[in-house]
Amino acid sequence: MTNNTTQERQETAAPTAAPAIELKGISKAFGPVQANKDISIRVMPGTIHGIIGENGAGKSTLMSILYGFYKADKGEIWIDGKKTEIPDSQAAIAAGIGMVFQHFKLVENFTVLENIILGAEGGRMLRPSLAKARATLIELANDYGLNVDPDALVEDIGVGMQQRVEILKALYRQADILILDEPTGVLTPAEADQLFRILGRLRSEGKTIILITHKLREIMDITDTVSVMRRGEMTATVKTADTSPPELAELMVGRKVLLRVDKKPAIPGDVILDIQGLRVVDDNGVERLRGIDLQVRAGEIVGIAGVAGNGQSELLEVLGGYANGIGTILLKGQPLELAGKHADGQSRRAHGIAHVPEDRQREGLIMEFQAWENTAFGYHHDTDYRSGILMNNAAIRADTAEKMARFDVRPPNPRLAAKNFSGGNQQKIVLAREIERNPDLLLVGQPTRGVDIGAIEFIHQQIVALRDQGKAILLVSVELEEILALSDRIAVMFDGQIMGERAADQTDEKELGLLMAGITDTDHPHSIAEIEANLAHAHGDAHKEV
Amino acid sequence: MDVMPKWAEVVLVPLISLLLAALISALVILAIGEDPIAAVKLMVTGALGSTYGWGYTLYYATNFMFTGLAVAIAFHARLFNIGGEGQAMLGGLGVAIACLYIPWPHWSLALIGAAFMAGLLGAIWAAIPAWLQAKRGSHIVITTIMFNFIAAALLNYVLVNLMRPKGQMDPATARFPDAVHLPTLHDLLSPLGIAFSKAAPANVSLLVAVAACFGLWLLIWRSRLGYEIRAYGHSESAAKYAGISPVKITMIAMIISGALAGMMAINNVMGEAERLVLNSTEGAGFIGIAVALMGRSHPLGVFISAILFGFLYQGGAELALWTSIPRELIVVIQALVILFTGALDNMVRMPLEKVFLALRKRKAAGPAT
Repeated sequence: MTNNTTQERQETAAPTAAPAIELKGISKAFGPVQANKDISIRVMPGTIHGIIGENGAGKSTLMSILYGFYKADKGEIWIDGKKTEIPDSQAAIAAGIGMVFQHFKLVENFTVLENIILGAEGGRMLRPSLAKARATLIELANDYGLNVDPDALVEDIGVGMQQRVEILKALYRQADILILDEPTGVLTPAEADQLFRILGRLRSEGKTIILITHKLREIMDITDTVSVMRRGEMTATVKTADTSPPELAELMVGRKVLLRVDKKPAIPGDVILDIQGLRVVDDNGVERLRGIDLQVRAGEIVGIAGVAGNGQSELLEVLGGYANGIGTILLKGQPLELAGKHADGQSRRAHGIAHVPEDRQREGLIMEFQAWENTAFGYHHDTDYRSGILMNNAAIRADTAEKMARFDVRPPNPRLAAKNFSGGNQQKIVLAREIERNPDLLLVGQPTRGVDIGAIEFIHQQIVALRDQGKAILLVSVELEEILALSDRIAVMFDGQIMGERAADQTDEKELGLLMAGITDTDHPHSIAEIEANLAHAHGDAHKEV
Repeated sequence: MDVMPKWAEVVLVPLISLLLAALISALVILAIGEDPIAAVKLMVTGALGSTYGWGYTLYYATNFMFTGLAVAIAFHARLFNIGGEGQAMLGGLGVAIACLYIPWPHWSLALIGAAFMAGLLGAIWAAIPAWLQAKRGSHIVITTIMFNFIAAALLNYVLVNLMRPKGQMDPATARFPDAVHLPTLHDLLSPLGIAFSKAAPANVSLLVAVAACFGLWLLIWRSRLGYEIRAYGHSESAAKYAGISPVKITMIAMIISGALAGMMAINNVMGEAERLVLNSTEGAGFIGIAVALMGRSHPLGVFISAILFGFLYQGGAELALWTSIPRELIVVIQALVILFTGALDNMVRMPLEKVFLALRKRKAAGPAT
């Protein structure tokens, strides 16, 4: 059954050589925001087509239209040379489109097999469809090299394998066209390579793949053609072989961009931050940090690499004063309180710690507050911001206007609500607030997540400039490229522990990737199976929130 | 950028909502065989057509200002205080204690003392659910509702067993001494040469309520505490990051809220009844929720919508008196107002946003091309 229909569809497609997907003049507006403006693309069958663009360029909206989540205001969708209406996701599935979301849509306490048939049970009784699904699943797994254990619980398997389950789900529903939205965001480099091998295999079997990403390297590595989106418009569609990363970056941003961070060698000074045997136990009694020892010196950037959810967030939270810890943290030799009344953000700021949190929308900013109110956030007890018992709003607004000018926040309007700024400009507001406090130690979490390339450049420059003033900087990022580009020293976290420290100029992605998978023996090659076994082991207890 | 100009946001949306509510109310009145136009006339003349009517409208509005502000300040901390009723009852107890057991030399001192006692007991009554929420995670909506019942039972016990004068049949305290009699609007306005009805209950508490509106505005939008309350209300995770203690904000916001609800008693108990009776609050604690919703938790909005609800209350009483429209229908009209201004806000907002968007586009299209 499964294969029949798949083949039929391919046969009708092949002789005419019609594009697997053709979008003609798609437009979509949300209120005043034109998310997609007259977008047309053709994706030929059996190819991998990349769609690249900054956050908010309209990539996800376009794919949501293709998958039936939104209805386009204008335009047509053609699948295999036939005009197709896709009013909902059921219709998309029927048209042979499968989608793998950035955030997986799996039931954690179901087995792999149960997840795969969910919504496609095909009968009143579960047992026969499970048996049928098992047979199909084994067949699919063999055809495409997608090995998974059908009876494992989803919560027990690693992120890479969960992603494969998502792909299998789509294939089980006979998808010929696969859309993957930022698929490597949660993967270690080795897992990402494995994913790309699978995608290559799928392509050679005649599947059509659309890969949405903001990472230039992925586009260059795997795609056949690439479309660039900017501000809701498709600025170019080119053959990948005919382009280069700088050219793509320029097409994305609209101007030339410096892809590398310019920095001088660090001149580390005294130890500013000294963490000794730090442990964190969360509300459920799970040990999130299991004995962290780390030092950050004045005038250096220490990067914490690691797959999201391996304790980096907890480390920042304890240092920032809003989670309790056990152990010792010395700041310039003075112990910080790790629990109780004085373990809060206010006292940390008084100690000279500034913090650009990982999630600016949930922590760093109040989205409904205006920019000037956000500039005072955390520092609202400052004497400069005060007049008697009231707040000196005029002074805060004036200060905000100056900060906005220095950090090139656009639009430079202190009275605009934070939610109305783009991601990059929101981050600049947070950065301006924290950096201009002239802290001894700056904690930075995911400084460029959801930030456009143009702003990334600026943000990186600001962080390096602060280092050059002799400040200590602790950087947490899941983007390995960013860690490598910014850090002077790199510590890799895995499962609540630091697996190793490396000087940034004496390591590479491969070595860090192994450490990120918990393998400290980095001198010898390791198989992907070994890496995955290690990751799955860790996922059982600490690795949940991704 | 915001789609609508501020004036449309603040004035136009609630106004259209109100008109819709009025329209449907008119249909309901038609359906029970009465003349809606006559009904409106009766309501307006009854509530606003005389100083007597105004006196009642403003008296009710004073109650609603206190309870509306109480709900509003809690809303800013994203706490839903449904316990205004119980807190106002306890406030009544506070007023009664202050007025009966302390020999006040002058009404102004009595007012300060009574307001303090009312606020104190109201605050205590709100602080217990607040503490349970902050420390134990008991949901404040549930606990404040429960505390309304506990307050009613407590008041019943106190009035029947402790504060009822010997030989008196109804569960109420003795009349307050004349020294604590609060000047009514008649007393306040006649020296200025303005004639105001002697019989209407509106009194000096109105001025206290207006002052409270201003004070709360200052607190919410100008003080550091208000800033922290709003920050916590918008995002608890961000508040934690900034070092704003959720426990502290929950407690303080609810204590202020309870104190405001309790202070309503200086109007209805001290200013009007001049003794504490059972069910003195008459549901004003609940109306406060609607007032705060309609006023968008802004003190000025609360002030305006409190007067509107005062009008509905007094006008409704007139309707029930002079027509066959039952008193319950007034509740229906009030409910419609709440429904349209509070719950169905987006129904009006969305189309209006589209209109403004279209207007702006047309304007932008002109010079651009």
